[in-house]
Parts: sequence; C-alpha cells; structure tokens
Amino acid sequence: MTTNLHPAPSKRTNPGRFAVIGVPYVWLLIFFLLPFLIIVKISISEMGDVSVNDLVSFRDGALAVNARLGNYLTVVRDELYFNTYVSSLKYAAVTTVLCLAIGYPFAYFMARAQRAVQPVLLMLVMLPFWTSFLLRVYAWKGLLIEHGWLFDLITGTGLDKLLAGANLIPGPGQLMNTPFSLVLGMTYMYLPFMILPLYSNLSKMDLRLLEAASDLGATAWVAFWKITVPLSKAGIIAGSMLVFIPCVGEYVIPELLGGPQTQMIGRTLWDEFFSNNDWPIAATVAVVIILLIIVPLALFSKYQAEAQEKHA
Amino acid sequence: MTAGAFLQIRDVVKAFNGHRAVNNVSLDIRKGEIFALLGPSGCGKTTLLRMLGGFETPTSGTILLDGRDLAGLPPYERPLNMMFQSYALFPHLTVWENIAFGLKRDKLPAAQVAEQVDAMLRLVQLSKFAQRKPHQLSGGQQQRVALARSLAKKPQLLLLDEPLGALDKKLREETQIELVNIIEEVGVTCVMVTHDQEEAMTMASRIAVMSDGRLLQVGAPGEIYETPASRFVADFIGNVNLMDGALTLDEPGHVQVACADCTHHIGHGITGTEGMPVTVALRPEKIRLGREATDVADVPAGFNRVRGTVKDMAYFGSYTVYHLQLASGMVLKVSSSNAERHREHPLTWGDEAWASWSPTAPVVLTH
Repeated sequence: MTTNLHPAPSKRTNPGRFAVIGVPYVWLLIFFLLPFLIIVKISISEMGDVSVNDLVSFRDGALAVNARLGNYLTVVRDELYFNTYVSSLKYAAVTTVLCLAIGYPFAYFMARAQRAVQPVLLMLVMLPFWTSFLLRVYAWKGLLIEHGWLFDLITGTGLDKLLAGANLIPGPGQLMNTPFSLVLGMTYMYLPFMILPLYSNLSKMDLRLLEAASDLGATAWVAFWKITVPLSKAGIIAGSMLVFIPCVGEYVIPELLGGPQTQMIGRTLWDEFFSNNDWPIAATVAVVIILLIIVPLALFSKYQAEAQEKHA
Repeated sequence: MTAGAFLQIRDVVKAFNGHRAVNNVSLDIRKGEIFALLGPSGCGKTTLLRMLGGFETPTSGTILLDGRDLAGLPPYERPLNMMFQSYALFPHLTVWENIAFGLKRDKLPAAQVAEQVDAMLRLVQLSKFAQRKPHQLSGGQQQRVALARSLAKKPQLLLLDEPLGALDKKLREETQIELVNIIEEVGVTCVMVTHDQEEAMTMASRIAVMSDGRLLQVGAPGEIYETPASRFVADFIGNVNLMDGALTLDEPGHVQVACADCTHHIGHGITGTEGMPVTVALRPEKIRLGREATDVADVPAGFNRVRGTVKDMAYFGSYTVYHLQLASGMVLKVSSSNAERHREHPLTWGDEAWASWSPTAPVVLTH
C-alpha cells in the first residue's frame, strides 16, 4: 500500500484533515446510523395501545428488557411478506435491466455527439426533474387510462394482445394497474439515474483505444463489445445501483401505476405503519429490506476492493 | 528495385475546412526500409500517417501498398498495423490479451494465437510480464507491449506515431537502437512520424522533412544533414550558422559569396547568376577556432575566416560550444571537440578569436 511509502507527517497535527474526513462520518452517523438503530429498536419492541412500548422498563423495583424477535420470524415465515420481497426485487431488477438497455445507447450517443451539443443533451435528460415527480407519475395515468392516447396507440396497433400473451397485462385493453404500467413508470422515472453515470463514464473514454482496436482488425461492433463495454463497467455498476436500490423500496409508483398483481414492499410498509398501526412489524419489514440490499452490496464492494488491490 | 515501390503515395492532399494539412505529397517507400516523416508539430506528418492507417480519408490522391490501392479500405481491413502515440494499450486487458487482441480478430485457432503471442513476448523480452495490466508496467515496458501488439499480426507495413515521445531522454536513446533491432529482425517495412530530428537520424534509413503540409526534402540522414536543400531544412536539422550574402563569383568549380563579416570561397558550383542573394549555411562543428589568423588551404588569402569575441561558451563534456560575436553583431556558433584534457590557455569569455573553415564546409542555399 502507498501509505507506507508516503507517510503523511501532519496526520495527527492537522485538524483540518480530521475535519474533512470527519464531516461525512458524522453526517452518516446522525442521519443514517442513528435512525436505523431507532428502527431496529422499534422492530424488537412490543406495540402498546397508542405507541410503541419502551424497550427497557423499570417497574416495581425490577428492570425489564422487553425485546422480542418474533416479528423477524413472522416476516421470514409469512408467505405474504416473502412474496412481496421477491416481487419487489423482481420488478426492481426488470426496471434496472430495461433502464440499462435504453440508457446505454442513449448515453453512448450523447457521449459521442459533438462537444458543443453535449451540454444541451445533458440538459434535456435532466429537464424532467424540473417537474414534480408526482405530476409525472399522474401524467402516465392519463396516458394509459382507457382512451388516453397511448392506450389508443397500443390497443390500435394490437400491441396489447402481445403484452397479454406475455402475461404483463391481465387481458387486452387493460393497461393501467398492471405489471406493464408499473415497469413502464419506474423505467421512465429512473432512466436519468442510469444515463448520467454512464454518460460521465463514456465521455471520458480514450477514443484512440477504438482506433487501436480497429487497426488490429476489430469492426466497430466487436470494438464496442470488447473495449467500450468492459471499460464502462464502473458506469454500468453505478447506474444499476442508482436505479435498483430506490426501485426496491419504491412506494409512489406502485401505488399509482401498480395493481393487485404488483404488491411491493414499500406498499406493505405503508399499510403496516398507517393502516394496521403495527410499528414493530413495519420496522422489521424495513430492517429486512435494508439488510437485503446492503449485505450483497457490501460483499460486492469488498470483492471489488480486493480485486483492485490485487492489481495495484 | 522494381518499377513500383512497395508503398507509393501519389499526389495526396488532405484538406480540413479548406486548409491543406497535407499538400500534394508524393513518396516512394521501399520494402524493408525504416522511413521517417520529420517536421515540427502541425506540419501534417501525423495526418499523412493516419491516412496510411485508414483513420483519415485523403481529399485526393492515391496510396498503393504492394500495388494495391488502399482507398475505401477501413483500418480493420488494411494489412498494416500502427503503434499509437502513448501506445493506446487496452487498460482492462493483460499484456498477453493486448497482444492477442489482433490475432483473435482473425479467428485463428487458440493454439496458434498462444504460440504467436509467446513469440512476440520473447521478442520484446516481456515474457515475465504476460499477466500484468498495462498500468503496472513502466513507460519503456508499455512501449514494448505496444510494439509487440502492432507486430503480432505480421503486418506488411508498420506505422509508428512518435514511438519514443512518451519516454524520458536517457531511456529514449537506449530504446532507439533496441527498436531498430527488433524492426530489422522482423524485417517489416516501417514508416514513423517524429518531431525529434535525433530520433529520425538514428532510426531511419531515409527521412522526409515536412513543413506546412509539403515535403521539403527526402534523403538519407547524412544527405539531409550535409546537403540541406533549403534554409528551413538546414535550420531544422541540427545546429547551423546562416549567413546572408550575395554571389560575387560563379565558376564551375567554385563560387564566392560576400557576407557582412567575411567572404566565402566555396568549393562546389551552384546554378546562379553573379549578384544574386544567397544564404551560406555553415555547421558549427566544421569551424576551427584559434587565437591567430591563419590562411586556409586551397582558398585565396583572407577568405573563409573571421574575427570575433567569445561572448558565451557552453561546456558539454565531449565538446564545447562557443558563441563568437562578429563585427556586424551576428553570433557565430562554433563547436570544438575536447580531445585533450587540460588544454593550455583555453579560450574563455571576452577573448578575441579567429574562426576559419575549409572550402568544402559551407553549403550555398538559394531558397
């Protein structure tokens, strides 16, 4: 490692250095770890009549710790929760793949466009953010609802029969509140999060590498798969995470565009908190989904770091 | 040599937005030679090389390789390979995979690819580093990987774009010889581009000097150095003293040129008329320096010598360069080899000295 070769002599004496490193740590501690611990606490507490009972109580001279892990057993064993987790992960994965399939060519042509045009294209990608998220989801409703113009287009061309055949909609002429409308909405909403990291990666690529590949006998197609795609791996990973992670916990889009077939974990969470008023179960559902996402990610980045260390 | 040279460049023009980056260049390059395109940056040498590689399309003119017109062939179908400036090695592939990249595109059987890659690694002495990634290699090693990669497909023509530009001076000198040895061992015809005249002189068998998109002179390194055809070439290649003057005598065996500080008697004829303005080019190492005025052999008394004051001197170890201030204000550069140790009464700052040169030393330039 380089630390041995270039020791920083001012490591201890420089408070500025400590502050710079410290700020993000403190931020994460206060706004991520602390709330997370509160959620964990709620998940192992008992629900009282109005609010959650205290985890530790002192009554009649006896100290009692009322922690229960039963909620975790319920969440793991109950088929309803299990299916909801699987369906959340499934729709998030499908959305990620679709965003990648649409976003990669998009980012590629943006990065290869004339230098002068690129800022304009970048603006156009970010332009939808200037309109409210909710408004845009509602707009899709208007398009997909019976006799919305996208509805007319899809039913007019007979595309709905194809979708019904693929089991994405229950039957021809029913587009709203189906897996189709859900995935369409999520792909639309999260596409910019895929395009931006890919664009930033692809626009930095050294184009002489493609000339070298061409010189060595690779057609443009081969050079794309052998050089461009492997070199944009970091962008693909970053974009996929930015889409996948929020999609798993997405609440608004499934609520407005999804249907009975597309129960997702965000919706379950809402129901437990606000309809059933069962905070501990809701907190358990939240903790499990966080672990479900963070553990594979942590393992993955550890593997990445190890692979990089091997190279260095 | 047969009627057609191996690589024929005929009247090639490349215009960008009306500006001619390469202006009507014609060149014949022989099989097996190392040919250098030399010129300052922006002279069009790289554009010419990129047209050979297929990365630029000539606006007009033809390029024939072994009698075959290369027009319309994309880079990946040309029987030539290029070593790029700063190498363009694929950063995500190992040294082995980099060298194998071109062979795999030809759909060769795996055993044959492996055999050829291993042979290339031995050629550039990098067998130990086969599994490293490019960023784990030194600049010199990267350069050898790039060379191995461009030779792996046994190209008919090898193009080198500033092959040593990314290396530091000491390494560059060592690598020049090594590179030539490898290219000659493989026996490939080679066209290189460089802005470094030393590199061109040591490596190439012939050099084309370019400026402003045009070829100024083509010849062996010695020819270009000793008989430059123009002021630009004389000035660009090596050090030179340029003295403007007028032709005063034009005989078949010799000419005389009067300059501000001295009169030259030059032992070769030129085509010109008496009174025409010419430039005399005199290399610093062809001038002798002494404390006394001496007559020069084969020259009328008083010719080919000039008096000046040592204004500056730079000691380079094996030789010393003196700057002699002449009466007209011109500074004459003289380089004198330090053949003896501790010479008695060496010239130093402020000393008066006489410079003299033989009648064969100067070259008369008419443009």
